[in-house]
Amino acid sequence: MLAFAILSAFAVAPLAPWLHRRAPAASSWLLALLPLMVTGYFLTLLPAAADGAVVVRYPWVPGLGIELSFLVDGLSLLFALLISAIGAFILIYSGGYLAGQPALGRLQLLLLLFMGSMLGLVMADNLVTLFVFWELTSITSYLLIGFDHEKGENRRAALQGLLVTAGGGLALLAGLVLMGMAGGSYSLSVLLGEGEALRAHALYLPMLLLILVGAFTKSAQVPFHFWLPNAMAAPTPVSAYLHSATMVKAGVYLLARLSPALGETPEWTALLTFVGGLTALTGAVLAVRATDLKRILAYSTVMSLGTLVLLIGIGSETALAAALLFLLAHSLYKGALFLVAGIVDHQTGSRDVTGLRGLRWTMPLTALFAGLAALSLAGVPPLFGFAAKEMVLETALGTGLTVTLTVVISAALTVVAAGLVGVRPFIGEPSPTPKAPREGPWGMLLGPAVLAGGGLLIGLLPVPLIDALLGAALSAVQGRPAVLTTALWHGINPTLALSAAALLAGIAGYRYWNPLRRSLGALDRLAALAPERFYERAMDGLVWLADRQTRLLQNGDLHRYILTVIFTLLVLVGYTLATRHPLMPEISAQLLFHEAVIGAVILIAAVFAATTRSALGAVAALGAAGFGIALIYVLFSAPDLGMTQVLVETLTVVLLVLVLYRLPGFTRISSRARLLADAGVSALAGATITWLLLLAVEVEWSPTISGFFVDNSQSLAHGRNIVNVILVDFRALDTLGEITVLALAALGVYAMVRLRGKER
Amino acid sequence: MEPLLALVIGGLYAAALFMMLRRSIVKLVIGLMLLSNAANLLIFTAAGLTRGVPPLVPEGLTRPDGLSADPLPQALVLTAIVISFGVLAFAVVLIHRAYEAVGTDDLRRLRDTDT
Amino acid sequence: MGSMILRTAAGFLLPLLLLFSLFLMLRGHDEPGGGFIAGLVAAGGFAFYTFAFDTRHTRRLLRVDTRSLLGVGLVMAVLSGVPAAFFGQPFFASQWFRFTLPPFGEVTVSTPLLFDIGVYLVVVGVITTIVLTLADPEH
Repeated sequence: MLAFAILSAFAVAPLAPWLHRRAPAASSWLLALLPLMVTGYFLTLLPAAADGAVVVRYPWVPGLGIELSFLVDGLSLLFALLISAIGAFILIYSGGYLAGQPALGRLQLLLLLFMGSMLGLVMADNLVTLFVFWELTSITSYLLIGFDHEKGENRRAALQGLLVTAGGGLALLAGLVLMGMAGGSYSLSVLLGEGEALRAHALYLPMLLLILVGAFTKSAQVPFHFWLPNAMAAPTPVSAYLHSATMVKAGVYLLARLSPALGETPEWTALLTFVGGLTALTGAVLAVRATDLKRILAYSTVMSLGTLVLLIGIGSETALAAALLFLLAHSLYKGALFLVAGIVDHQTGSRDVTGLRGLRWTMPLTALFAGLAALSLAGVPPLFGFAAKEMVLETALGTGLTVTLTVVISAALTVVAAGLVGVRPFIGEPSPTPKAPREGPWGMLLGPAVLAGGGLLIGLLPVPLIDALLGAALSAVQGRPAVLTTALWHGINPTLALSAAALLAGIAGYRYWNPLRRSLGALDRLAALAPERFYERAMDGLVWLADRQTRLLQNGDLHRYILTVIFTLLVLVGYTLATRHPLMPEISAQLLFHEAVIGAVILIAAVFAATTRSALGAVAALGAAGFGIALIYVLFSAPDLGMTQVLVETLTVVLLVLVLYRLPGFTRISSRARLLADAGVSALAGATITWLLLLAVEVEWSPTISGFFVDNSQSLAHGRNIVNVILVDFRALDTLGEITVLALAALGVYAMVRLRGKER
Repeated sequence: MEPLLALVIGGLYAAALFMMLRRSIVKLVIGLMLLSNAANLLIFTAAGLTRGVPPLVPEGLTRPDGLSADPLPQALVLTAIVISFGVLAFAVVLIHRAYEAVGTDDLRRLRDTDT
Repeated sequence: MGSMILRTAAGFLLPLLLLFSLFLMLRGHDEPGGGFIAGLVAAGGFAFYTFAFDTRHTRRLLRVDTRSLLGVGLVMAVLSGVPAAFFGQPFFASQWFRFTLPPFGEVTVSTPLLFDIGVYLVVVGVITTIVLTLADPEH
């Protein structure tokens, strides 16, 4: 049942385009039923998960210890509920956003696939399962970001996201394998109890670094943060889904998930707090610098992700509780704000905050939900965002001055961003927009209403369900039972003062946004150091390298190709022979006169074929060499081979004569120097082969499997011709492959000759 | 016999590669054929040569009486011979078609037409 | 295409070669021979016949399209692996059936023989297809 719930999205997704064709208007609502049902099912699991982790296993590759297994505890349920619940609203919303467009079916398909991948990722218990779903989210998000694939800019953004996150995924894979080796298991539920052993392991640091690269790329931490704002090329429902609750939170999920196993070491704390804090500041500053609604939100998301990583890095009970509160609050208000930005964009045709004013008259409901969500983002009581921010500040105060400063500055800048996105476009005198603004359809308003309203509700009233969920999640992250309440009021204390100070500073910043923005422009000089430049340079370098090596090795000149192959052979085989077997082996074999004559005939025929000017002469020489080889087979106990060789050689000569008499004779087109050089290279290659063969026949490497065939040919396969028994019985499958190749070659010949007949 | 065959095979390889390095397509095909013959003989020889004892079980016995030649390389080479014929037929016709389309048997000029 | 002598010789030789190829194939499990070699002999006979007469005569003699020989051969080879499944053995595990047929006495039928016939048909099909395609006068 659990696997069914997680994987159902994959099963339903292919039906989406079909459903969309049949019922364009209703399809989004119908498809949203699936995530709603999944949400309901996950809710029923909450009581069991609150009591401890439940693991459900299905064997997959038992030989390698890989299984499809799912871990249900508070943390995975928290994420799964966010993914499925927000997913339902996103599906409904996209029905309005792309109403009447044929591309909607494809969007629904991709959204469902992405949802399934995310659910698998957060529920996975086996490390390999986790990795597979991790990469699936990278691939599906690539398709989603590049959804409007006709614009080159979007394709570039999608590729950038894919390269950064999938590249990080490779590091993650290495890290997970190290962890599996160190912990002796690939099951998360086992590894979480092995924390002591893992932290003490010699490979702890490489393991940690590799996993952090994976998590940081996914969660857009500095210096990998640049892909996230570019990913705003995606349609807004996609941005809302990927960047509020799901894709970018995957890295945070992984860190939270692994913190009982890898956390609370000096390395862990130092790396996470430093990178997280830096990311929070960077995101906050860049958010205030931006003027595009979606980019402001994107940078604000970078700031939130940084804060989450910072909190997980600190790792105390308060910090983890703050992280979970902040995560939930962020998913709600950021989801709502992205959706609002989409409505504004959809209804007015613009996303530029400098040009959007006074929309509250024409879009009152949108303005209401935007305001609610923005207040929550700014951390104004009585909204849920306030409670979360209080916890964050409390943690920061308990940690140290640097962290406190970081958190307060980014909180103040976040207030500015909240004002820019949720307040500024809606107040003041209306200004002209590309499209005459109208209130959005209610399918699009539903998501913002529920998400923004949820922020208000959780802030105002104690919701037992949320408390239970967050408590269970905290227990899972901490590895021991814990209780968490979403109390709004903590009394008058330094935290409240800090919170008020940040809020006031933010309001002042909003009031004087233009001067603030200009003064922050001074930081733009740092852009030359931006990691995105390194990414671009690396990509340019890769293209340059590919270009050069293609010109060098694959220039279409067969001569060059063959020389490359020969030199590779000479270097690899020659080097091995020269270093490992420098001396000529002792040669002691009896040589009969008639055998020597046959060998000489073959050699002379080969040399004649290579040097003659007559095409027919070369064919005849080839035939002579072939018959000589057939005689060798017969003399050395291979009658079947001899017969085959004679027959094939005859047919070859027939075939060559059939075709080649239509082609011109040989003319000498190469220069004498080229001929001599080629002859030298060929002779060297031939000498290497001779040397190799002399060694091969002298040295007994290892017993062959032929003994089995010789012993069992008669008794098992009732055949006395062992060669034939191998062909048609012991290795029949190989022979089947070979006759298939033969048949294909014949069909190829037939097609090439006959197709031309049709062309004319 | 092995040293002599090693020499013969080395010579076959050298001649075949030399032919494949020429610019005429016809030489390329003949070189390819020579090369597959050389490779077959290489496998056969590398497995060890035995005179006059084919891998056959005499009637009434369950396994060869005493020593017998190694059947495995023979099975390998047998199919390789037949397959190389199929490949040759394919290559020859392909080249013939290319010659008809381009009107040259110079590989150097063939390169220019497809870029 | 060919002379009178060549035609007469081909007319005699083809049946003999075909008979010889059947003999080679059937004894192949115990003595030198087998599907590959037998197929080459039979196909060589047809190629010889084509040179003596022309492709039209050979096609008429063959009655079936040479390409269907490829298909039939491959299908036979694959099917020969199937009976093993009925005995719970892996694909291509050989099966032997012995029974008595009144005029011939004891007869043995085996899946490797079926497989070898498949190989024979494919080899004949491949070479006749190639030779007939290339030797066609309109080519």
